[in-house]
Amino acid sequence: MSRDDFIGYAVPALTLGMGLVVWEAVVRFFDIPPYLLPAPSIIISTLFTDWPTLSSSLWVTLSITLKALLAAVVGSVTLAVIFAQSRLVERAFYPFAVAMQVTPIVAIAPLLLIYLTPTVAVLVCAFLVAFFPLLANTTLGLSSADHNLVDLFQMYRATRFQQFMLLRLPSALPYFLAGLRISGGLALIGAIVAEIAAGSAGQGSGLAYRIVESGFRLNIPRMFAALLLISVAGITIHVLLTAFSHWLLHEWHDSERASET
Amino acid sequence: MSKIVALRSGGGAAASNANRPTLATFKGVDKVFANRVTALSGLDLEIRSGEFLSLLGPSGCGKSTVLRLLSGLTSPSRGEILWSCDRPEFGFVFQEPTLMPWSDVFTNVWLPLRLAGVSKEKARARVEEALAKVGLAGFAKAYPRQLSGGMKMRVSIARALVTRPAVLLMDEPFAALDEITRLKLNDDLAELQSLLSATVVFVTHSVFESVYLADRIVVMAARPGRAVAEITVEAPALRREGFRLTTSYADTCRRTSQALHVAMGEAPPSELCQ
Repeated sequence: MSRDDFIGYAVPALTLGMGLVVWEAVVRFFDIPPYLLPAPSIIISTLFTDWPTLSSSLWVTLSITLKALLAAVVGSVTLAVIFAQSRLVERAFYPFAVAMQVTPIVAIAPLLLIYLTPTVAVLVCAFLVAFFPLLANTTLGLSSADHNLVDLFQMYRATRFQQFMLLRLPSALPYFLAGLRISGGLALIGAIVAEIAAGSAGQGSGLAYRIVESGFRLNIPRMFAALLLISVAGITIHVLLTAFSHWLLHEWHDSERASET
Repeated sequence: MSKIVALRSGGGAAASNANRPTLATFKGVDKVFANRVTALSGLDLEIRSGEFLSLLGPSGCGKSTVLRLLSGLTSPSRGEILWSCDRPEFGFVFQEPTLMPWSDVFTNVWLPLRLAGVSKEKARARVEEALAKVGLAGFAKAYPRQLSGGMKMRVSIARALVTRPAVLLMDEPFAALDEITRLKLNDDLAELQSLLSATVVFVTHSVFESVYLADRIVVMAARPGRAVAEITVEAPALRREGFRLTTSYADTCRRTSQALHVAMGEAPPSELCQ
């Protein structure tokens, strides 16, 4: 690990550590009760004591997020490929995808809850939020192949299928992966927002439901613990998708050039 | 419409070039783009089998359009292009290397054969042969971004050669390179062409490059694009650095430069040196 890398990790870690120490000190010095502001130490111990409940909620939220992301990947890539084949189809459907994107998901969730079971409704919400960045990026990527290469393929009488597989798909990959990183985070946000909206409607048991429930019970340390888990889940998703993207692109794409020295 | 001024000096190499059979003939070719820009107007041009033909002219004179017409990427708005035989196999080199960045050198060079359905194993010998010709043996596994500009251009040339094309179309292939790399690639291309006996149509902005490489130079003018002069280069069969030092080279450069100035609608430069 180089010196720059070390500083890159050490500085934010130090900032975090100092923040936690100040937080702990303030809570103890002013004797703030845990139902107003729990100290970091209490949040951590709550995390351990409530782990059985919290871990099963974490699993629920994570599985919804991953299923929604997977569905968004399959759906958006399929649709983008169809768009790439026909301008007309793109013209016909793209505006609706945009309309879906700009309508806040919190406003759609209550409607979905009327027609669907809470679990499915939450899944659909997360899917809708994750879908659009993937669709927009993949559609753009599929039409961004180097025009000289397109000429070259035509000169060598490439079939449409060859041009698609050997040129358009690889050209679209960096765009798709950028979309995937955005959608990974959004799928989690969509799942959380929908769970909160569904909170009173059903037997929700995800992390967002735990936050709402703990709030009602004034169990503030558990609210913080659940929040911490959501953050960690979001960071983990981001890190994993970034690593995945690096693994696929590091040999050739300019966006990965900075990481080698 | 366009009057072609033939500036022939006769002599050994020139005579042998004139004896070459005709490969393709442009007859009164116009090309008007969809945006109504006239790229070519009444172009008459003969391309002879096995020659190194250079198209020289300012930007917008339709040099690149000639290549696109030859390769069949686009067709004339008026006039016709006659081939003396079946349309030959082409190799194409662009100003940019135009490599697939996600593929290694081998896969990039393999591409034309791959599109024709040749498997990787069957293509291996041909790809390695093409890479050896451009001096890149041993670089098969490198990715384009690991290579210098000159090396990327060599990969691009290897890709054009891999199908053993009868006609090599080169669109300002060295324009984006530094002068030292450019001279080196000029030497290598001259040597390569003497080995390949392919027909080369080479588009360039550079008087020196066209004189150094070509058997025949067609000077083109812009707006509308047309041919205005033809210059036959007298030179040894194999061009070497020494050719640049001959009076024949200097003389041809001077004549070509004058023709280019006339093509651009300027007075030829006064001859300070004489």
